[in-house]
Amino acid sequence: MTGLGRIGRLMLIGAPFLWLALFFLLPLLIVVKISLAESKIGIPPYTPLLANGSKGLEWRGTLANYVLIATDSLYLRAYLGSIGNAALATALCLVIGYPIAYAIARSPSVRRQLLLFLVIMPFWTSFLIRVYAWIAILEPQGLLNQLLIALGLVTAPLPLLNNQFSVQLGLVYSYLPFMILPLYGSLSRLDQSLVEAAADLGARPLQAFLGVILPLTLPGIAAGSLLVLIPAAGEFVIPDLLGGPGTLMIGKVLWDEFFNNRDWPVAAAVAVVLVAALALPLLAAQRFLEREHAA
Amino acid sequence: MALLEIAGISKRFGATAAVDDVSLSIERGAFYALLGPSGCGKTTLLRMIAGLDAPDGGRIVVDGTDVTRLPPYERPVNMMFQSYALFPHMDVARNIAFGLRQERMDGRRIAARVEEMLALVQMAGYERRRPHQLSGGQRQRVALARALAKLPKLLLLDEPLAALDRRLRAETRLELIGIQQRVGITFLVVTHDQEEALSMASRVAVMNRGRLAQTGTPAEIYERPASRFVADFVGEMNLFEGELTAGFNCLALAARSLGRQVPLPPGTKLPEGGAAALAVRPEKMVLSDVRPAGFAIAAAVSSISYLGGGSMIHFTTERGMLLKAYVPGAASDHLRRGMAVWASWPLEAGVVLTQ
Repeated sequence: MTGLGRIGRLMLIGAPFLWLALFFLLPLLIVVKISLAESKIGIPPYTPLLANGSKGLEWRGTLANYVLIATDSLYLRAYLGSIGNAALATALCLVIGYPIAYAIARSPSVRRQLLLFLVIMPFWTSFLIRVYAWIAILEPQGLLNQLLIALGLVTAPLPLLNNQFSVQLGLVYSYLPFMILPLYGSLSRLDQSLVEAAADLGARPLQAFLGVILPLTLPGIAAGSLLVLIPAAGEFVIPDLLGGPGTLMIGKVLWDEFFNNRDWPVAAAVAVVLVAALALPLLAAQRFLEREHAA
Repeated sequence: MALLEIAGISKRFGATAAVDDVSLSIERGAFYALLGPSGCGKTTLLRMIAGLDAPDGGRIVVDGTDVTRLPPYERPVNMMFQSYALFPHMDVARNIAFGLRQERMDGRRIAARVEEMLALVQMAGYERRRPHQLSGGQRQRVALARALAKLPKLLLLDEPLAALDRRLRAETRLELIGIQQRVGITFLVVTHDQEEALSMASRVAVMNRGRLAQTGTPAEIYERPASRFVADFVGEMNLFEGELTAGFNCLALAARSLGRQVPLPPGTKLPEGGAAALAVRPEKMVLSDVRPAGFAIAAAVSSISYLGGGSMIHFTTERGMLLKAYVPGAASDHLRRGMAVWASWPLEAGVVLTQ
């Protein structure tokens, strides 16, 4: 750093800040601004926050949209539905992903490359197409039902699509790689001699897992859980395509407000509340990871 | 009965035999060293005793119980890892208590044992420190305390001093001996450092290429090596290769590299005509500038290395063979590079090797 000087250092630190300000903070501020406006017919479809009145410029902002979200139980139920679905999907991804990540981290080098490649391979196909493919698999005349009937396991098609099951399946399927990869990172860095030391000191495999492996891979668990929880909570495509009438998720509510009701201010308020709700676990997790890192 | 009895243990990794039909028995209370170059299979043997690697054949018996098929967590054996393998998310006290907790020992007894162990390794007061807050030497002590905490029948130490600097190594060596005598637990140390093995152990087994080359007391290993490998690996050695021939009414060695006969220790009884080697320690070599009576080799000094307590003199014979002599003190006052000298040794100091 000595050759850089004060200005050079400021520029180096400033560049990512500028990037975040321009592409993250600014759009967010625009959304916040829209959420404080009122809906109107026209272009843009919302009222300005400052307008010329009798005493010059007047503040026309309103919290009415937030009041609506707080009072109409639809929104609360949608938020809870989203967070509930996302939390369940995160838990399932963790339970399914941990053994997979463990097996990959413990396999010989050549096989490890292949297995990692297989985990990443779904990303080669469009997310949308993969979700549509599940419709073809799950629908009453779909592949799975035909197979079950052909095997004689069921007589009538099972209701596999457009319900809670298909939404959960879609979420877990789509976000599993985001859980496996950080877990793999954590597990492959885990010093194998620590596990051997635990066994040597009398720990059975389960005790060694709970006492040594699990606590040392908590950063990977936290990172993977956030990478699944946050996008899954805001997910729109999966509940829209695989969900049914009973599926209430905030991403779909937001879409409806925006495109069907053309109520940009309410849609913006829904988005702001979602960001705020998701920022809390993110901050908590970051606190935790920093503490782990310091230790 | 021996505390540890190993019978015909073998372990292959792919095409190579890491440990090849090794049998060994270790007496209760011994400080036993397993010495060998890296890759000789000593660590694999240690890991099989701990249960971390499964042997392909053979038996391991600890204190009369066959443990060959037991998992590591059911063996009355603990190991101190070369990397120490301290749990980074636990403080010193919890690291040491880890093995005791697995036994579901009562909390107050655990606390007492942890305190006792910390006092033993002189680390009292460090209970709440995390491993990353300790120096290398302190980590080594905690690792030792953790491995001793369960009072195992046999303690395995994998290169216990390798990660320490030279000064600390010499100090810790003495401490290890003291601790072993105080707790009375049988120690099995794996090391590649012959000085370490000879100075610490009551018995030494030298390994080479997966096999046992020799077992014995440190003095036996050093004074009476059984093979060229042991002679060469343990300490410095001058080796004369040649053929056994008849000399002046006794057996002699026609040394190829000298182009002449070398007398063997009196009383050597071996068949004439066989290949053999004569091994002479550098400290047994005598250098003089006048030709001594009896056997001597003419040579020229090629280098003098002052080592503090003494000097290592390298010298070259007329035929170009490089030999070593260790003389006490600084040799530079009576020896110069290029100086002609006569080298000899008391005949009974040589060791004849046929393997």
